[in-house]
Amino acid sequence: MNANHPASVTGQVVKPRFSASADWIGLAVILAASVVGNLLFPNNLALLTRVIGIVMLVLSVDLVTGFCGVATLGHAALFGAGAYAAGIAAAHFGISDPFAMIAAGAVGGAVAGLISGLVVLRSHGLGQLVLSIAIVNLFHEAANKATSWTGGSDGLTDIAPSPLFGVFGFDLWGRTAYVLGIALLVIVFFLLQRLSRSPFGMLCRGIRQDPIRVAAMGASVKKTLLKMYIISGAVAGVGGGLNAISTQVVGLDSLSFTLSAQALVMLVLGGTGSLYGAIIGTVVFMLFEDFVSAANPFHWLTIMGALLVAVVLFAPRGIFGTSAQLFDQWRRR
Amino acid sequence: MNAVFEVERLNKTFGGLAVTQAVSLTMAPGDRVALIGPNGAGKTTFVNLVTGHLKPDSGVVSLAGEQLNGMNPMQRVQRGLVRSFQVTRLFPEMTPREHLALAVLQRQGRTGRLFGTFWSMPEVLEEIEALLRTLGLEGAADHKVAEIAYGQQRLLEIAFALALRPKVLLLDEPAAGVPQSETPRIESALAGLPADLAVLMIEHDMDLVFRFAQRVIVLAAGTIIFDGAPGEVTKDARVREAYLGSYADDRSAA
Ligand SMILES: Nc1ncnc2c1ncn2[C@@H]1O[C@H](COP(=O)(O)OP(=O)(O)O)[C@@H](O)[C@H]1O
Ligand SMILES: [Mg+2]
Repeated sequence: MNANHPASVTGQVVKPRFSASADWIGLAVILAASVVGNLLFPNNLALLTRVIGIVMLVLSVDLVTGFCGVATLGHAALFGAGAYAAGIAAAHFGISDPFAMIAAGAVGGAVAGLISGLVVLRSHGLGQLVLSIAIVNLFHEAANKATSWTGGSDGLTDIAPSPLFGVFGFDLWGRTAYVLGIALLVIVFFLLQRLSRSPFGMLCRGIRQDPIRVAAMGASVKKTLLKMYIISGAVAGVGGGLNAISTQVVGLDSLSFTLSAQALVMLVLGGTGSLYGAIIGTVVFMLFEDFVSAANPFHWLTIMGALLVAVVLFAPRGIFGTSAQLFDQWRRR
Repeated sequence: MNAVFEVERLNKTFGGLAVTQAVSLTMAPGDRVALIGPNGAGKTTFVNLVTGHLKPDSGVVSLAGEQLNGMNPMQRVQRGLVRSFQVTRLFPEMTPREHLALAVLQRQGRTGRLFGTFWSMPEVLEEIEALLRTLGLEGAADHKVAEIAYGQQRLLEIAFALALRPKVLLLDEPAAGVPQSETPRIESALAGLPADLAVLMIEHDMDLVFRFAQRVIVLAAGTIIFDGAPGEVTKDARVREAYLGSYADDRSAA
């Protein structure tokens, strides 16, 4: 077919819209922010490590919601499955190497992602939202009932991760867990950046923008979304595993509807569809929550609510999305 | 004649209304067929039936000798039956270059890849470049689709379909909504379609139909009332009757 074959190649070089240097800047900012975090909260590294774990959950929500357009209010099922998988590996199977526990978390999360995806993707729109809530509630109930494995409502304890590389113990100060968390975040961020530009990532963005068009070019919408659900589960599972290592306990709250809903709120706050938005939204939400709930324990929920309303009304693309848009407009002028 | 596309006695009713009645059609590689008919005649429904977006009540559709009945739209596209949409369906936040990359990668079975980008695949970039040049879209290549002119979006619809290297291409009103000043570009894009591709075009603009098609099929109330040379169609009594009253409306609406 003549029209499809290039007769000759133009010498002109076309440049991608993203640049490799921006990637490295992103990673550098993450590292710089973690050093600053360490300086600002030297006595509260546990909080920062928890933020990193939740960042993974919110990144995971972003993969299915921001990239693919599947709304979910049940993503803690994936995070909690990772936390319990890592915790059970340590408490019941004596797998206490932190990397092995993280791997268990990733696998547990991926399996939960597969199960969630199989159920949620049978429906569309609002139905997906309802099914995702049902899934997290079912997971929650299952963990609540299987007390011999999960400790039920008392939580899963006896999680004693062995020292990192056999040297750095997980002590009360939480420094080892924090460093492990940052390392994991950098790796996950790097991989997801690659993923978002890959052919698969493009296909997912296509599905969000027009699934019928994607089907009309011969691609399977459902298979693609299911694959993304599994990847998303692995990411959330790494976060859950990190949380299990850092706190050495896994509770039912890690599998809750509340956490699922909060994760979605954090994503909207930061801005959907970008990895930076997920990170910024989580950091702002959790530090703000920590700060406001300490300053005003009675009205912090009201203040959080007001913040969210303000963002949705005045910065509908979230903190990162709106800033990026303003920056873009300023640069074009 | 070696047929690449065969439709035999296709039927479809919507709640008692027969929208497609015993429609049969055979096309060979390189055919240029125009499907015309008054609004509501069942043209879009016909496309939806053969692409698998709707399920016919009866009838057989085959592509290159293989029966397509029972296959979903995706499987039909993979076998080479590709359509465009009457109202543009593109990804508003992607650029034309990204659209074509996606289509080329899909054809090559590479859209499942988790790493690498098309920017580092020279053969994909070359193919995109050639398509952009053929369709005259170089200038718009790196702008978001939401920001480019509608005429360019329609050209991109055609380029997107071509990137899938179909055997049969179904174009649903490729010039619909395009300002008069830009129709020549659509027309030259149509003239430049691969010579061995079988093309079925639905179109209201009769000037475009006469210049494009070697054969015209007229659909009225779900039935084929004419199938022949463009020169004969205006002389046909049944066609005139079908268009009486509605043809004037069509032209102003198109
Ligand atoms: N999904 C549907 N349900 C019921 N009736 C439909 C549906 N789609 C189309 N029709 C009817 O079928 C007839 C043919 O429609 P269509 O194929 O869109 O016509 P055309 O493309 O020739 O203008 C019209 O009367 C239309 O109202
Ligand atoms: Mg129509």
